[in-house]
Amino acid sequence: MKMEVGPVKLTTPLEDSDVAKLRAGDQVRIYGCIYTARDAAHARLVRLIKECRPLPFSLDGQVIYYAGPAPARPGMVVGPCGPTTSYRMDAYAPTLIEHGLKGMIGKGSRGEAVKDAIRRHKAVYLAAVGGAAALLSRRVHACELVAYEDLGPEAIYRLQVEDFPAVVVNDIYGGDLYEAGLQRYKRGAV
Amino acid sequence: MRDIYVSEIVEAVQGLCIEANCDIGDDVLKALGAAMEVEESEQGREAIRQIIENNMIARDDLIPACQDTGLAVVFVELGQEVHIAGGSLCDAINEGVRRGYVGGYLRKSVVRDPLRRENTGDNTPAFIHISVVPGDRLTITVAPKGAGSENMSAIAMLPPSAGEDGVKEFVIETVRRAGPNPCPPVIVGVGIGGTFEGAAILAKRALLRPLGERNSDSFYAGMEDELLRRINDLGIGPQGFGGRVTALAVHIEVMPCHIASLPVAVNLNCHASRHKTITL
Repeated sequence: MKMEVGPVKLTTPLEDSDVAKLRAGDQVRIYGCIYTARDAAHARLVRLIKECRPLPFSLDGQVIYYAGPAPARPGMVVGPCGPTTSYRMDAYAPTLIEHGLKGMIGKGSRGEAVKDAIRRHKAVYLAAVGGAAALLSRRVHACELVAYEDLGPEAIYRLQVEDFPAVVVNDIYGGDLYEAGLQRYKRGAV
Repeated sequence: MRDIYVSEIVEAVQGLCIEANCDIGDDVLKALGAAMEVEESEQGREAIRQIIENNMIARDDLIPACQDTGLAVVFVELGQEVHIAGGSLCDAINEGVRRGYVGGYLRKSVVRDPLRRENTGDNTPAFIHISVVPGDRLTITVAPKGAGSENMSAIAMLPPSAGEDGVKEFVIETVRRAGPNPCPPVIVGVGIGGTFEGAAILAKRALLRPLGERNSDSFYAGMEDELLRRINDLGIGPQGFGGRVTALAVHIEVMPCHIASLPVAVNLNCHASRHKTITL
């Protein structure tokens, strides 16, 4: 176990050296731009890649946040924006990682293909707290539509975040917080 | 007969949609506080801390606690001496949902068709369960349900020989398989008996019971306690980060069933347990 040293500050875009220092279980605080994308936006991005057409934003070193915010009240930068369940993006994530994506923020377990891509291409999977949408929206200081306005809450937005809390689930060394946590805390034969 | 005008129903449902999404009940906050006391995992404690802070922000600022403001599940107890005046009950409920979700800045999360998937734009239709009861009152409960936990729910048509142990295994296995996905700590709604559809509705109704309240039948209250202990022994923990608190409560509801059947439905609810009730 590492000594408790407080959350790791991560500033986007991420470099290989940024993800190399992260281990499953580390608390992080994210600063900079992150991009929202869910099922429908992922399907479109992967189709563009397969057709060798340009993407609406460069994936290089970027972080995608699996989130579909609720509408913002007047005067608010963004509506409540917690993470959505990540496995629905498993079919698309390895392709995006191969094309430069460095980080994903969501909640819930990933499939083997995603974990493998994280190891091979040096990326990281982070979990934000599901259902902490009101709190997380306060860490977003700007929100700009990037693409796919027709998708409504599933459009791609660029969020400018500060002190955005998340925890490392899957690191480049094969660490998995969900598996480690279960092993550590399960009791006897249930 | 007592007249209740549809305009009253529209207004009531509109308010319930907003209130349910923004104001997580005191019973949940109390259970989260108790969870903080027993949780040992550092990541688990941080998750609970964020959830509690989140719920206070949502309540104070009147913004939804979770961005998935759900499908509008509506339970109605309609007194048989009530006359709905000025229009249809279901139309009034849907209009209330429309106004609540559009005017209340709630997310619209309904697609018109399960395969062609075009958003209806106003979170209608509501999913309405009506019971006709004695009296001249109309009680409406709005229980917004997010997909994260709904997707991890399950039903089994067990053979009666599976018995009590078979039911327990199925409930525990459903929570184990769900892992971190349904946003633990969860509330586990269990419907035992009835028909295929009846068990599922029973499991959903079980989620409406205030946390801290046990089944009035001591046999099932004991089963709730045992299941809660065994689920928390799984070690999934808050948000699946590992820890002592995987579930805040297990609520069992039962009904008669066929001599050849033992239906069991498990409806999982995330920690953002949302439901508000009004009686007109």
